[in-house]
Amino acid sequence: MSETYPDDLRYNKEHDWARLSEDEATLGITWHAQDALGEVVHFEPPQVGSEISTGESYGEIESVKAVSDLISPLSGEILEVNGSVADAPELINAKPYESGWLVRIRMSDPTEIDALLDAKTYEAWVADQ
Amino acid sequence: MSELLHTPLFERHSSIDARFVDFGGWQLPVQFVSIVDEHRAVRNSAGVFDVSHMGRFDVSGSGAHEFLQGRLSNDLDRIGPGEAQYTLLTNEAGGVVDDLIAYRRADDTYLLVVNAANREVDLGSLGDIVADHSDDSGMLAVQGPEALSRLGIEIERLHWREDEVLGVSCLIAGTGYTGEQGCELICASGDLVTLWEAIVSRGVKPCGLGARDTLRLEVCYPLHGQDISDERDPYSAGLGWAVASTKTFTGSDALAAARERGPHEKLVAFVMREKGIPRAGMSLVNRGTVTSGAYSPSLDVGIGLAYVPVGDAETGQEIVVDIRGRHRRGLIVDMPIYRSPKEH
Repeated sequence: MSETYPDDLRYNKEHDWARLSEDEATLGITWHAQDALGEVVHFEPPQVGSEISTGESYGEIESVKAVSDLISPLSGEILEVNGSVADAPELINAKPYESGWLVRIRMSDPTEIDALLDAKTYEAWVADQ
Repeated sequence: MSELLHTPLFERHSSIDARFVDFGGWQLPVQFVSIVDEHRAVRNSAGVFDVSHMGRFDVSGSGAHEFLQGRLSNDLDRIGPGEAQYTLLTNEAGGVVDDLIAYRRADDTYLLVVNAANREVDLGSLGDIVADHSDDSGMLAVQGPEALSRLGIEIERLHWREDEVLGVSCLIAGTGYTGEQGCELICASGDLVTLWEAIVSRGVKPCGLGARDTLRLEVCYPLHGQDISDERDPYSAGLGWAVASTKTFTGSDALAAARERGPHEKLVAFVMREKGIPRAGMSLVNRGTVTSGAYSPSLDVGIGLAYVPVGDAETGQEIVVDIRGRHRRGLIVDMPIYRSPKEH
């Protein structure tokens, strides 16, 4: 796929996105992040039920050459880990915003959403890097 | 921090958006499009690597053969003009200063191809007899089961000759570091871009250092600075076959003693049995250190090389890698980890 940043998502500067749905959010990494990493070959997920915090690592993804921390854009409890991605991490490269999602959380502080970037702001920020 | 060095192909690589990495003072392409695709091209058909960063030294003149016999670990009397040999430059303590290929041109004329990061150290160690031609020449590795047929040439493994390749005058050598058939080509630096373009136009895939590392690791070829170093002797690394016991050279006394004693630690290959990718510098929970680790595109699993105590080095033995605090199991396997079905 080509470079895209869907309008319905919110972003942080560590290249993670959040799709919001009432008090839940689905998290993943952006097109830019997967492109910079190259082929993702391993996803180290958090435990379901564990608490994650904004700005902190909630897991790791590895490409052939390097490992990267996943920096959470929101705080909350892990409700679900995408098992398909754990088995086939290349989904993160192929469909970073759809079947390549990583975790689903219940937000503990929805006001954190206000600090996230919208698609246009994130895209402009990436272009500046 | 000194400025990074570039090969004559840098402008071309930049213009097609290759990803670059710093390696031994050089800025080199780590991938053109995909490490995994480039790796598979070399395993299944053919790929080309710009390896111009490697050092190329001429050693010639009366006494050159005797001089190198006194400095390099392998026995140069085993090869004649037109042949090449893997050998080691060792220090007085028997540590490996560098690993290199010696190409014999004539009785007293050699070409040495050394690791980029060790070029200055090797020059200092070998002295004035060496003429450094690294900057006025370029070097490509064309590797894979179809590499030679795509170029329309034949060359025997560990042999070399001077000839034209796709219209460019080259030294053609039956060498490489991927475990596949193929060749390495040395030409004048001014011809390098022409040669690269001609090779790529034959359907040979441009490959970066990322694939070069996964390819060499699957076949367990050591990388100097990681798997071998001036602080370890060749026997620990399983490179005793490249150490002649019948001649005197720098470090030969220390190496004779080391052979007698036997190594305390041994370099072993391992394959992960649980998820996670081992990386250089990680510890083994049951004693030992990972010196190279990566994802293996051929096997779709984490693989690596590690030094372990000799008593723990048996094939089939379980190892446990500390992957950033997580303990993940693997098994010691015979080398090579991967063997090309087309290479015997």
